[in-house]
Amino acid sequence: MTQLERNEKLIQIALAIIAFSAISFLAVITFFIFFEGTPIIIKYGVKNFLFGLDWYPSEKSFGILPMIVGSIEVTAGALIIGIPLGLACAVSLTEFSSKRIRQILKPVIELLAGIPSVVYGFIGVVILVPFIRDNLGGPGLSVLAASIILGIMILPTIISISIDSLLAVPRTYREGSIALGATQWQTTIMVMFPAARSGIITSIILGMGRAIGETMAVIMIAGNAINIPHSILDPVRTLTSNIALEIGYSTGEHRQALFATGVVLFIIIMILNTAANIMSRKMKGQN
Amino acid sequence: MRRFIFVIIILAIFATGCARGVSDKEIIIAGSTSVEPFADKWAEVYMEKYPNTIVNVQGGGSSAGIQAAESGVADIGTCSRELKPEEKDLNEIIVAYDGLAVIVHSNNNTGDLSIEQIKQIFAGQIRNWKELGGNDKVITVVTREEGSGTRGAFQELVMEKDRIFKGAIVEDSNGTVREIVANDPNAIGYISLGLVNDKVKALSLDGIIASDENIITKRYSLVRPFLFVTKNTPTGEVKNFIDFVLSQEGQGLIKEEGLIPVN
Repeated sequence: MTQLERNEKLIQIALAIIAFSAISFLAVITFFIFFEGTPIIIKYGVKNFLFGLDWYPSEKSFGILPMIVGSIEVTAGALIIGIPLGLACAVSLTEFSSKRIRQILKPVIELLAGIPSVVYGFIGVVILVPFIRDNLGGPGLSVLAASIILGIMILPTIISISIDSLLAVPRTYREGSIALGATQWQTTIMVMFPAARSGIITSIILGMGRAIGETMAVIMIAGNAINIPHSILDPVRTLTSNIALEIGYSTGEHRQALFATGVVLFIIIMILNTAANIMSRKMKGQN
Repeated sequence: MRRFIFVIIILAIFATGCARGVSDKEIIIAGSTSVEPFADKWAEVYMEKYPNTIVNVQGGGSSAGIQAAESGVADIGTCSRELKPEEKDLNEIIVAYDGLAVIVHSNNNTGDLSIEQIKQIFAGQIRNWKELGGNDKVITVVTREEGSGTRGAFQELVMEKDRIFKGAIVEDSNGTVREIVANDPNAIGYISLGLVNDKVKALSLDGIIASDENIITKRYSLVRPFLFVTKNTPTGEVKNFIDFVLSQEGQGLIKEEGLIPVN
């Protein structure tokens, strides 16, 4: 080999090592979570763990169903708020605004994604929770409060990626539709949305991932009661809050049960991320 | 030249982080959020007297504090409940006594309840203030997380064998519980007596007010010890600090803040 070829080879190997160390870090975390959490799921029984209604560690009860329902309800609420608002904003900025406005507003919206979640939680506690308590009833710390705050938190993700996918639709689609006599709204609904569909779905799935994984803001405003909520004004505890609240002092089986909760979360998020990857590959393939 | 100055500035910024002297000792204290503000006070005065020592106080809850002491992460673990049998291998020192206050919103008409009624409220058997002669409003029950010493003391002294019910809101520090009760007219919770301020109202139990005198004479029954827990018998700087805490001056400090001194 020449000197040049040898250098090339060295650089290749160095980059490969760096890449693998990054992946191995992830692999170590994954392995650790499953290693710590799986024994107790097996010992306690998968059905008892996933469907048990009773989380009472001091009496060795580790049923996480209330938390699973809590996570699902709060995420669903976040999506109900985030999707219409986010898509409406994305459409408005791409189809019905000037380029100048979009160039100003899009970076501002992306800035929102950088606000720390504890700040969202703080605003929730100080403004939203008293509002719900005084006007709608209940303690204020509720599914509704968590859904609203999470909905706002996932807006930047949904808006930003949806705008990108709408802009990526070839101009010929829009121009062809207008040329055939469709109004701008008809074009948006019947041509642009379907064309940008996989990008938009990707943005929603990523938003959902963020909502499920959010911990700090939810602990501050959801109330953390270990109950399946009967109404959106009831307090609720999510899987992430459960781990964060109790990991500091847990020992033995309790700690393992919290890792097992982590395993469940991990699996849910892996499924969501894989779906997002498949969708986004389809999006690249289309264009 | 400019790059050289830039590097110097960056190094200087990092160097400020290494400003500790060789002789600086550090004591790490972690645990109960009830004890925390008082440990902070002790630490503050101690560090004024002995500027070469750094006393670092953290929260996390009583059980977390005990674990930290056990594992050596903290020099002193603080705790606001009695040690459980499996924790008895650690060295414990009582540094104060604290009453447990049951608090409600300052505008709440109810000023006195029996311990039995409080137990029923927290067990979820009494759900509405009207059952206690108040407004027709659902009671918002606020409790601490399981590892909390305050909750442990409450469980032992009030609930006994009954569980705190599932629908109770769970928060992870005295301060947060106090904030929630201060803002929600229908809330009830329990915090360290030493942390009651004018934003909330402490209930009297069976007619007995939670005053220092009633606690010392044991008429007010919800009292628990504040403990400093160490892995081995304290020596050196840690022993100095604990001696200070137990001294006339140390105990005087917390008496002003609302705790009951050891003697």
